[in-house]
Amino acid sequence: MNVYALLAQLLELVIALILAPILNGWVNQCRAWLQNRSAPPLLQTYYTLSKLLHKDVLLAHNASSLFRTAPYIIFSCMALAAAIVPTLSTDLIFSPAADAIALVGLFALTRVFIALAGMDVGTSFGSLGSRREMLIGFLAEPALLMVFFTASLISQSTSLSTIVETLAHSEFVIYPSLAFAGVAFTMVSLAENARVPIDNPTTHLELTMIHEAMVLEYSGRHLALIEWAANLKLFAYSCLGIALFFPFGIPETADPTALALAGVILILKLLAGGFMLALIETVSAKMRIFRAPEFLGTAFLLAVLAMLVHLLLETGQ
Amino acid sequence: MQFLNQAIEFKPLAEHAALTFAARVSTRELLAFCTAAHQAERRLIALWGSDERDRDAKFGYALHLAFDLAEGLVCLTLPLPTENPEFPDLALAFPAADRMQRTVRDLLGAAPQDGDQRPWLRHANWPADHYPLRRDTPDTRFATCNENYPFVRVEGDGVHEVAVGPIHAGIIEPGHFRFSVMGESVLRLEERLGWKHKGIERRFVGMALSDGARLAGRVSGDSTVAYAWAYSQAAEAISGTPPPPRALWLRALLLEHERVANHLGDLGYLGNDVALAFGLTQFMRLKEDWTRLNARLFGHRLLMDRIVPGGIAVDLDAQGAQAVIDHCHTLANEVRQLKKIYDEHAGLQDRFLSTGRITPQLAKRLGMIGLAGRASAQAWDLRCNHPCEPYDQLAPKMVIERNGDVAARALVRFAEISESLHLIHKIASDLPPGPIRSEFFSAADRRGFGWIEGWRGDVLVALETGTDGQIRRCHCHDPSWQNWPALEHAAIDNIVPDFPLINKSFNLSYAGQDL
Repeated sequence: MNVYALLAQLLELVIALILAPILNGWVNQCRAWLQNRSAPPLLQTYYTLSKLLHKDVLLAHNASSLFRTAPYIIFSCMALAAAIVPTLSTDLIFSPAADAIALVGLFALTRVFIALAGMDVGTSFGSLGSRREMLIGFLAEPALLMVFFTASLISQSTSLSTIVETLAHSEFVIYPSLAFAGVAFTMVSLAENARVPIDNPTTHLELTMIHEAMVLEYSGRHLALIEWAANLKLFAYSCLGIALFFPFGIPETADPTALALAGVILILKLLAGGFMLALIETVSAKMRIFRAPEFLGTAFLLAVLAMLVHLLLETGQ
Repeated sequence: MQFLNQAIEFKPLAEHAALTFAARVSTRELLAFCTAAHQAERRLIALWGSDERDRDAKFGYALHLAFDLAEGLVCLTLPLPTENPEFPDLALAFPAADRMQRTVRDLLGAAPQDGDQRPWLRHANWPADHYPLRRDTPDTRFATCNENYPFVRVEGDGVHEVAVGPIHAGIIEPGHFRFSVMGESVLRLEERLGWKHKGIERRFVGMALSDGARLAGRVSGDSTVAYAWAYSQAAEAISGTPPPPRALWLRALLLEHERVANHLGDLGYLGNDVALAFGLTQFMRLKEDWTRLNARLFGHRLLMDRIVPGGIAVDLDAQGAQAVIDHCHTLANEVRQLKKIYDEHAGLQDRFLSTGRITPQLAKRLGMIGLAGRASAQAWDLRCNHPCEPYDQLAPKMVIERNGDVAARALVRFAEISESLHLIHKIASDLPPGPIRSEFFSAADRRGFGWIEGWRGDVLVALETGTDGQIRRCHCHDPSWQNWPALEHAAIDNIVPDFPLINKSFNLSYAGQDL
């Protein structure tokens, strides 16, 4: 372990924490533009977070300690997840410790806590949201794992750093399997991040909510942490997408010039990715909740196809 | 005059825009008439009560019912005894009567003999023996209380309740909805409304006849033109002075303006409820341009207080009429493009089609009216069935859909926008010349009815003056009374997250029926 790796790791975490709300603001801006609305400021998410941090926390009388600690757990998990995904460099101190499967586990852990917190106070909306979240989650996770397995088969490793190194820095090969995996990953990301067409992050109709229904009872700094964690999740997924499917420009070393260049490239990719997300959200309507299994089933199928394509077409090399 | 082969002698009321008849009946005659009307598939428009103890010591209360017969509007009055005023339960023949009967009991103390005895407008916020519509009831303040309303419980394995409202996550009108659900599937929905009760009917009492239009125009803000026109019709019938033709044509112009504005907004929100925010912003832009046109030409975005008893408050010059016609063309084009987008959007159609379905049979049984009724093949539109001037010359086309789902209600809105724009064009090009107001004065001890097809359905205003010529009783009836119970049926067998969409496709008034 060298000092640059430690530095890169810290830098990556800090960048994730800073950029995640901005990415959310950027997506909201693009959505507004695509809908012919005047857009909120890029830093709007920060203003909201700071407003929430200044507010008092209102707790339900019967809220347990789980309800109070869940926001911190959720936030930490998401920060860790964002730190695991190689964005600026593949030379990270966390990379030998946590691979793709650990990452899926982290997401699952978050989901469990947020769902438990949703049910903790005992309101009907919390339970409604938790139930729906688990429905989405148990369908999305296998599809996500399959996507990772496809990438792992290519690079013969489940370590994210190795995957990125293989894809970005070995000789240039076109992998048809990654095209299938990419579509599957996009679908899973939409579902996991509570975006249209699975969920609607801007809705005020409590009966239709999934993610929002679980966090309806949260306020003040708890809500701020949960919102921030949601932004981090979107950021982590975006970076995962970049790392798996557009890894070009992520350096193997962690010297300052390479990091700076990688940072610029990362921001450009995120801008493009955020715009694509806003575009998908603008042109699609939210589907009926019972269409979600079909949607995620399709994602799973595509991910499996990606593996098959890899085994059929790409193993002969 | 007699109707439906009943031996009830109806008296035609003079000076009414639509043919109107009234009669006093006995309980036996009322029941026979209701049965005959039910069999002949006539509609119950409204049911309300009044305190008549100052006129008749023995029969101190009266129950009034308004029916829509093919011949016109028919009002039956059933005198009720001062001691223990009771009337027969009519909800079996006309399910929509149920909540109206409960309201009569809450406000006046005259109760249905059997059937649903739960309170409707009274939420334990005033004592059960305090009847606001009795003339001797003083103005009193009571402490706010929480009621324990006996909702119908659905029992069974895995059945649970989801309660929503009256305070919602968004800024919308208050209504409480109690879902009995199994997983995501709705087994039963029960509504608890009345949160916006503000005593409008009591407020009317003693107002000058000419002032009431302002209050009537505020019963339901999105239907202010329909209410103000219906009120003015009733007041002009009392006064015996019909407004000049130009005023009537301009009123129709305003009414169609209101219809277009509301339909545009609803179509936008229907898109928004399936997360197609693009639809919302586009339709809201069109609606905003439309209301700005209202403000520019008529001086009020929502057209409040433009219609006054005796005529209309603002005239439209030739330049203004041309602006209206030009705007109609632009709007028609834009709506056509948006309709194409809605029609061809697979995700949106998947949510709309077969959601919240009310079959024509059920709609007929429930007595649905207005826009939601027409989406379920209930061919009732006052502008076509009982056209007053100028609709008798404009001959509007009635829009009918048969599917009764969210998609059908959206289609009715699209078609009605295009028909209304067509009518607006015709009105603006053929406006008769002449004055816009005629003299208007009150008359003592007279009754008048106003009946107008608002954008939601038919609005009825029943007005009565006292010996001093001031308002003695004014009842405003919103079409939502008929359609709220239908919404309970529309939700059954749908999934919980589809309910907001179904609710929006009806878009019923809370304020208009809580009064």
